[in-house]
This record gives sequence, structure tokens and C-alpha cells, in this order.
Amino acid sequence: MGSSIYTNYEEIAAVLLFVIGFLNLLIQPNLVKKIIGLDVMDAAIYLFLAAKGYIAGRTAPIVTDGILSADHYINPIPAGLVLTGIVVSVSVSAVMMALTICLYREYRTLDLDEILVMLQEQETAQLQRIQRDEREGRSA
Amino acid sequence: MSLIQNFPFFTIILSMFSGIISFILNGKAAKWLHLLMTAAVLVMSLVTLNWCMVNNVSYTFMMGHFPAPWGNEIRVGTLEALMAVFFALLMLLSVLGGIANLDRDVQDSKKNLFYSMLDLLMASLLALIYTNDLFTAYVFIEICTLTACGLIMIQKSGRNYVSAIRYMIMSQIGSGLFLIGLSMLYSVTGHLLMTPASEALAQLAKSGSFDVPLEVILILMTVGLAVKSGLYPFHTWIPDSYGYTTPTSSAILSSLVSKGYIFLLIKLFYRTLDFNGLENGKLLDILFVLGIVGMIMGSVDAIREDNLRRMTAYSSVAQIGYIFMGIGLGTTAGVEAALFHMVSHGAMKALLFVCIPDLVDVSGGRADRAGLTGAARRNRFAGFAFTVGAMSMVGIPLLTGFVSKYLFAAAATGALRTKMLTAWIALAISTTLNCVYFLRVVLAIYTPAPEKEALAEGAAHSPVERTAMAGLIALNFALGVASPPVVWAIRSGLSMFS
Repeated sequence: MGSSIYTNYEEIAAVLLFVIGFLNLLIQPNLVKKIIGLDVMDAAIYLFLAAKGYIAGRTAPIVTDGILSADHYINPIPAGLVLTGIVVSVSVSAVMMALTICLYREYRTLDLDEILVMLQEQETAQLQRIQRDEREGRSA
Repeated sequence: MSLIQNFPFFTIILSMFSGIISFILNGKAAKWLHLLMTAAVLVMSLVTLNWCMVNNVSYTFMMGHFPAPWGNEIRVGTLEALMAVFFALLMLLSVLGGIANLDRDVQDSKKNLFYSMLDLLMASLLALIYTNDLFTAYVFIEICTLTACGLIMIQKSGRNYVSAIRYMIMSQIGSGLFLIGLSMLYSVTGHLLMTPASEALAQLAKSGSFDVPLEVILILMTVGLAVKSGLYPFHTWIPDSYGYTTPTSSAILSSLVSKGYIFLLIKLFYRTLDFNGLENGKLLDILFVLGIVGMIMGSVDAIREDNLRRMTAYSSVAQIGYIFMGIGLGTTAGVEAALFHMVSHGAMKALLFVCIPDLVDVSGGRADRAGLTGAARRNRFAGFAFTVGAMSMVGIPLLTGFVSKYLFAAAATGALRTKMLTAWIALAISTTLNCVYFLRVVLAIYTPAPEKEALAEGAAHSPVERTAMAGLIALNFALGVASPPVVWAIRSGLSMFS
């Protein structure tokens, strides 16, 4: 059990990074830090996949010197998965950053907790206005 | 291979290309393209369903000429085709039912983008239903999330941005968990296709090695998809996202998007992770408990909510709880009931979300109960539609909600004794709570309010919306009266899974 720690250090690093990113995404109130957390989390998964695909002593599966035996090459599928995953996570981060910009323009802060408080205040003010209008409408 | 067997692939590619073409069209053309595309998907899915049911077979469809362990595949059977039919039908009716509101709520320059989002959402839902490849499933999960986010934030207001970012954060947590589970599954089995992966998993289970990693993979993937579909403790984004966007978006988000993830979860359980082996684990018990808690807490939150649309959104939390409760029963009958409830909740919720704005329009824009007093007298058709939807949610016979509850109660008899009793008690409590908050609104909208008669001027008279609402009402009755063929199709489709 203990000895596998030394052979699987990439996986351990990946899982630690995943947890760091995950907690940042979940707990940080700052939206930009949340997005950084998201990217760290995704990068951790790509590290995990890349580590799984690599086999020590072998090269990238591109035939240049005529060797066709699979024993000479590493597994290319995880690399393909990582590339696809990067495309996905880039688009997700882009959308979240765009949303963050919109939110900043609207509320002048990046703190999600503060934004939620402001939203609550807006809502209460709106409700009070409707109730006041109604009272005035009745008395008139 | 007959031409019909290609249809599922055609539906996915057709909706995806419609989405891309819509970017360069104007709003009106994009609308027509979307409606034609959804109708075409509906027809093709119906033909596929008919083909699968007549021949009583399922098949895998090779994408690009690479055979099984390497290439990408989609898998088609009765259940997949049935879900595709209902998703396309509900998408069509939700869009038509909110079309006048859409014209008002969405800026003209953004209309083609909105329809493009809907096309891509349809493509991703179809791909989630049909795919036999786990990584493809992940990619389409993300497309589904992004398009759903687009649907939430299409109305540019601070409130919608906040709900969109909350939705994105929760969804990304879910996808991250799903993706790391998927990577671990790949590293343990060496396969991404569901069929070879499940064979490899069966061998591993027999040898008894890798027990702990397999448990971890199972938990990660299940929790990831449960977070994304809004199971109880992860539901905080639901009321805001469903409550403030345009009615079509609310209807589609609540009746389709979360269902796509749950369907994928069920498919994973049956096709890869060995559902019958799951019975021994604690995971299903946890899903069962969370489902029950969701059923009750969702309804309690709905009772405390005064805004009608947010109340309906909280009721979605409760209904997602029903579905997970069905899965958590740990029997095939429970999963059948959950699948039926996915369809029937879609029909009910789409109807409710589509008719609520019409009631709000004749109440001077107010969505609280006091403001809505007498709304059904000012817009009789929308009032009737809301009443049908509400009755269906409560579970009045002849309507689809009754059949769902009946199936859940019947499925519980086959489960363990403690689960059976808990499920029955929870069903009873949840039905009572449903009665409280839905019938209270029905009573309010039929209470005469003479001082508000003048507001009836603002009533919407869009014939298209009314036809779509009539279609949804008919669907609610049809599923309630003629449920046996649907249940039979679900049963035979589920038996094809293993």
C-alpha cells in the first residue's frame, strides 16, 4: 500500500490539485478565483489522463522510422481525450468569464455573496413599491 | 441495414447543423428552421420507435468505419427512441407555447442565437440519449450545460446573470466529478465504450481486485450527474434559474435538461456499472434517502414561496426527488416508474411554465398569490391549463401525475420492507403538501376579484400559444388515460439494456 505512493505520485498530485480546484470553485466568493479554481480542477484531470497514457521509455505514436510494432509507442487515446477536454474547458471558462464581466458591470463587485445581498435588497425594495402603489391605489 | 436504422444519427446531425446555420440567419428564419428541425426529429424518432418496437431489437450504430473497441458508437433501442420522441415533442410544444413571450422577452438581434441554443440543446439531449461512448457523453453534457446557461441569460438583466453563474458553478462541480470518475474508469478498464467497459468491469468484479476504485468511480459519476440534475442538497440554483427567465426556457430547463442527465445515469447504471450488483452497495440507499428528503423539502420550500414561478420551480426539486427515489428503490420496477415520471413530469411542468405568464399578464405583472386573485376569470383558457397542470401534479386520476404516483407506489411493494414503508409514507406526505400549494393557487385564481376586471384587457390571445397549450393538456390526459403502451415500451426498452 505504502510503496505505491512512490510509483503513483502523478495520480496523487492530480487528485490533490483536483481537490484544491474543486474547493476553490465551491467555496471562494470571488468569481475570478472561482474560475481559476475551475481551471485548476480541469487541469488536474488532464494531468491524471496524461500520466495514465504515458509509458516510460516509449515515444509518441507517430511513425517516422518505420517501426510498426505497438510496443514502441505510448497510448495515444488519453492525449486525444485531454485535447478534447481542453477545448471543452476553454469554452466553459470563456462563458463564465463573460458572465463575470456582465455581473461586474451590473453590480460593480466580483464578490458573489455581496451580489446576492444586493439582489435581495433590490427585490425587497420592488415588493415594497408594489405594496405602496396598491395602498395608494385603494385610497384614491 | 435499413434506412430507418440511420435515423437516430440523422436527428443528432440535423439538429447540430441547424444550430450552426442559425448563427447566420435572421431571427424569423432561425425560428422556422428550429420548428421544422424539431418536427423532423419528432417524426424520425417516431419511425425509429416504431421500428424498434415492431422488430423488438436494439442495435449499435458505428460512427466512422472503426469497429467496436476503437470507434465511436451510438446505441438505439425502444427506450432511447421513446425518450427522443418525448424530448422532441416537449421541445416543440414548449417553444410554440411561449412563442409570443419569446418575441417580447428576447431582443431582435439575439433571436437567432436563442434558436441556435435550442437547436444545440436538442442535439446534445439526443446525443446524451443515444450515445454508447462515455467521453462523447461528457462532451455533450458540457454542450447541454452551456446551451442551458444561454437559455437562462438570454434576457439581459442582473438577476438572470446571477442565476446563470450560480447554475454554471453547480454544473461545473458536477461535470468535474463526472469527468474524473470517467478518467478513473478509463484507467481501470481501458475502454470508453459502454459495452466493452462493462465486460471489463464484470471480470474485475469477479476477480475482486479494484473494489475500492470501482466504488469511488461509481460514487463520483453518480454524484456528478445528480448535482447536475438538481437532486436535493444541490438544488439551490433551481428556483432562480427557472423562475425569472423567459417561459420557454423555464419549461425546457425543467422538463428536459435535468432529465437528460438522469437518463444518462440510468443508462450508465444498466449498461456499464451493473445495476443488479448495485443493490448490495449503499449508493442506492443514499440516492433513496436524498430523493425522499428532496420530495418533502422541495414541497416545503414551495409552500413558503409566494412567487408563482419560483413555487413551480421548487416543485421541480420535489419531482426530481421522486425520480431519484424511484431509482433508489433498487428494483427494475422502481427505475421504470422513474422513467415514466421523467416523461410525465416533463408534460406537467412544461404546461405549468407555459401558462403561468398568461396569468401574470392579466394581473398587472404580479406573480404573487394576492396579485393573481381572479386571474383565471380574466383569462379562462390559461386558468384551465394551470388547473389541469396543478391537478396532474397533485395526482388526480385521469391525469399523468396519478399514473406516476401509482407506479411509484406499486414499485415500492417489490422493494425491501423498510424502503417500501418509507416510500409510501413519503408519497403520502408529498401528495398532501402538493395539494396545499397547488390547490391554494387554483383557489386564488378562481376567486372573483371585481376590482381587477380592467386588467383583462391585457390578456394574451396568441392562437399558436393556445394550440400548444391545448396540445400539452391533451398530452397530460393522454398519458393519464392511455399509459399502458408507454409503460410497456419503457419495460421492454429497459430489458434490452442488459
